[in-house]
Amino acid sequence: MREIKAADISAAVAQMCMSANTKLPDDVRRKFEEGYKNETTEAGKEIFRQLLENADLSFETKLPLCQDCGLAIFYVEMGEDVFVKGGVNQAITEGMVTGYKDGFLRKSSCDPLTRKNTGDNTPAIIHIDMVPGDRLKISYMAKGGGSENMSRVTMLSPSQGWEGIKKFVVNRVAEAGPNPCPPIILGVGIGGTFEYAPKIAKQALLRKLDDTHPDPKVAAMEAELLEAVNKLGIGPMGLGGSYTCLAVKIALAPCHIASLPLAVNVQCHSARHEEVEF
Amino acid sequence: MPTYTLNTPLTDADIEKLRAGDVVLLNGIIYSGRDAAHKKLMELLDAGKPLPFDLKGASIYYVGPSPAPPGRPIGSAGPTTSYRMDAYAPRLHALGLKATIGKGKRSDEVKQAMRDNKAVYFGATGGAGALLSKCITASTVIAFEELGPEAVREMKVKDFPLLVINDAFGGELYAKPKLDD
Repeated sequence: MREIKAADISAAVAQMCMSANTKLPDDVRRKFEEGYKNETTEAGKEIFRQLLENADLSFETKLPLCQDCGLAIFYVEMGEDVFVKGGVNQAITEGMVTGYKDGFLRKSSCDPLTRKNTGDNTPAIIHIDMVPGDRLKISYMAKGGGSENMSRVTMLSPSQGWEGIKKFVVNRVAEAGPNPCPPIILGVGIGGTFEYAPKIAKQALLRKLDDTHPDPKVAAMEAELLEAVNKLGIGPMGLGGSYTCLAVKIALAPCHIASLPLAVNVQCHSARHEEVEF
Repeated sequence: MPTYTLNTPLTDADIEKLRAGDVVLLNGIIYSGRDAAHKKLMELLDAGKPLPFDLKGASIYYVGPSPAPPGRPIGSAGPTTSYRMDAYAPRLHALGLKATIGKGKRSDEVKQAMRDNKAVYFGATGGAGALLSKCITASTVIAFEELGPEAVREMKVKDFPLLVINDAFGGELYAKPKLDD
């Protein structure tokens, strides 16, 4: 057994929440720079210019990139030989609460019916996968409500296959239009079950925008979807252009012989995530 | 692209010159309000009670800012998605609301209300909350403090950069998605 101190986890998580909300990831920044250079519409170019300026200002002033600092999502890979006194859930939650408080981040969590704000952004949404070994990896994502609202899960019929998947994704983006703050990033979960497809769809958003899926067939599917979505011409903030989507990330999982679950998680351009390893 | 510098409160004459695609630099007082605040405004109207601000010529910014750090009037303050306020906007337009500020599509009912009442819908850049906060020089909570980020704030803005998304004549700026079928 390897013990990792809860206080160390909390401190790292607090720091990660503050940092991710004020520092645009390098891969996202590179896409903005590319968009600023290559976007075909003047209005779209201007949006990229503003987003780059916003990123610089946020880093400099520590004002969050976006006022919607999101619900705090954590994907955790926990080694089976790791022990955290008091529990890893508690350690992460305490760190998140500290980070959102000390970083002047917005608390956006509320009761679903009374709509009363919980006041400290709790609960953190924590997904834990147990893995062999004695390492602990915590990935944090600040997921805003505007883009999450445009996400969907559906149960396709197996006969609909890839063409059905493609049609659903393209139609989803078309219908969402300017709402989720394009240029967007799409996490697509194919297979699994009704609850598993959206879990892996969102997790896929943790990948680097410019990476290539190790399976060439899946990489080709991602490229095909990206091209199809960008043909819609929605453009940055819906003002028209060739940059509607910056990247498509697909996650696959085996599913029931009767089913073809499909989840589309829409991520806004402010794709804030970081990870820490112990 | 025509650029106008306008001062609040907005008048019919201000609205009549605006067309979808125009750039507006807005100056003066605007009010923040989003989901929960709008619900409370409706409750006040239903009860025949006065609203926390005068709707005549008013502009409402759909925003829930992040907390103000020391030394700043406000935290990050970019727009939230507007469709969630579609259920409330026509009633407010009928009572004199001249402009709403947000991001994303509006319903046909809201577009009709803008035509009927000479009003516009402005877009601000979503996800540019730090940048937009530079144009907000003062901010005071004037109602529903218990709503935290969703409280109604009176905000003073200087050259707040906006795009006319929907004008008062049925014009719309957003690109229509090109679907094959």
